[in-house]
Amino acid sequence: MAPELAGSQIVIELVYLIASVLFIFSLKWMSSPTTARHGIWAGEIGMLLAICGTLLHRGIVDYRLIAIGLVLGTIIGIPLGRVAMTAVPQRTALSHAFGALCVTLVGSAEYYLRTPSELPPFMMAVLSLEVILGGLTVTGSLMAAGKLQEILPQRPLTYKGQNLVNFALLACALAIAVSLVRNPGAHSLFPFMILIALAFGVLLIIPIGGADMPTVISLLNGYAGLSAAAMGFVLNSKLLIIAGALDGSSGLILSIIMSKAMNRSFTNVLFGAFGQVQTSHAAGEEAKPVRSATPEEAAAILSAANRVIVVPGYGMAVAQAQHKVRELYDGLSKRGVDVRFAIHPVAGRMPGHMNVLLAEADIPYDRLIEMDEINGDFPQTDVALVIGANDVTNPAARSDTTSPIYGMPILDVDKAHTVMVIKRSMNPGFAGIDNPLYYLDNTLMLFGDAKAFVGSIVRELGGGHG
Amino acid sequence: MNSSSNLINALFIFVLAGFIGFEVIRRVSPLLHTPLMSLTNALDAIAVVGAIVLVGEHKSTLSAVFGFIAVIAATSNIVGGFFITDRMLKMFKTSRPAAKPVAK
Repeated sequence: MAPELAGSQIVIELVYLIASVLFIFSLKWMSSPTTARHGIWAGEIGMLLAICGTLLHRGIVDYRLIAIGLVLGTIIGIPLGRVAMTAVPQRTALSHAFGALCVTLVGSAEYYLRTPSELPPFMMAVLSLEVILGGLTVTGSLMAAGKLQEILPQRPLTYKGQNLVNFALLACALAIAVSLVRNPGAHSLFPFMILIALAFGVLLIIPIGGADMPTVISLLNGYAGLSAAAMGFVLNSKLLIIAGALDGSSGLILSIIMSKAMNRSFTNVLFGAFGQVQTSHAAGEEAKPVRSATPEEAAAILSAANRVIVVPGYGMAVAQAQHKVRELYDGLSKRGVDVRFAIHPVAGRMPGHMNVLLAEADIPYDRLIEMDEINGDFPQTDVALVIGANDVTNPAARSDTTSPIYGMPILDVDKAHTVMVIKRSMNPGFAGIDNPLYYLDNTLMLFGDAKAFVGSIVRELGGGHG
Repeated sequence: MNSSSNLINALFIFVLAGFIGFEVIRRVSPLLHTPLMSLTNALDAIAVVGAIVLVGEHKSTLSAVFGFIAVIAATSNIVGGFFITDRMLKMFKTSRPAAKPVAK
């Protein structure tokens, strides 16, 4: 066992224990919107305690640099906490990169501080895992953030043998890790392991398109958590192990939910084989007839309805239409129309993205219904209004075995009496998959910008009523 | 110092914490998945404790510089993460008493 602990050490460990308990409560209280804000307080108190406890550490001789670091971090953190809700996915990706950067830097510093005798095989293996996972999460998350912010091209970039190259790189990194485990003194090898991990992170995200982002962000979240847990092993810090395990399991659970919602196997996601370009069969399509409608007609149909379900997608966020949608919700509710929102798990660019955007627009959260709960209600629904969603409403996923999205669970909007789809044009969406929904007899296409179109419907509703 | 029993202890903690994590997070409403992610992100930045010790001990220039950058990165995650999670959760409201009961 460890030698007798000094007094201050015991205090620090006890403080860490309290912080760990608070972290677990913090996540437990996230189970419902009514208690969720307690969760933040628990987390904040736990964090504050842990940092104060750490400052008691006997080995610390230089407080000045710590203070400067904490202040600079706060200065950077505040604007990151104030970004617009539409930018939350890229902010989240960026913070995964920051978290992983911290872990990678601490791991590297620990490696160079320790003598080979302080790095027994298991320790060296965990340390390698820490910096490999950390390194690939840093660049992977930066790539994801860049794509989401549209600094980088959103289109998936693929080339022949891509998976082979990626696996070869990963194998190289692991081979270096193995030789470091055997000979921890080989200092010159260490930077190469990190460089390869960084390169791997970039290549991993290159083939990923926007629609796969919810899975990728969750997965990177899980990697960041696991690397932090590995850091806990290296530093022998139980608090870090617990926090890392919590974050890691959260990321993995979300990845599983997201991959199920896209009908991808979890192993498929784990090995980064997502985002294969779907063969677009756009060529040779004859213009099939579609029915379209004007805002006036749409308003008339909506106000005559009893039950309306709105299906929002990423297009709504792009058009910044959520506040207009809320006005539509208010206008229809005032006329006694029952309006609810159907939320597909992968709608948007990260898990739960749509809920946050609609909540920001002041739509009560008890009107936001999950896919499984609301799907049975579409046949009794007068109007399903699709705003900026495409693949998640594509009935081909149910019936057409040749469709690239066959088997993906979808919102059964086509079963509603009338379907209205707000869309810019008939161009197939991002994934390049044609949507038979648009050609159904009960479908009306509302061509235009989501924000402008919903705005004109709202005006029509208001005008008709004085 | 770092005897194998320490590592076994650490493994126990990791596995048990993982189980708690799975059980707790499975129960999180899908409504709150975005704030969940920003919250776990903030909690994960507890790695700052390792970075603080690195900077404070100042054992080598390299470790102090790496630690310093790490403190900045983790602190910005703590501050930004809690801040934005709080902002998001404040927005989640339940149905208000249907469109103002007889205004004026």
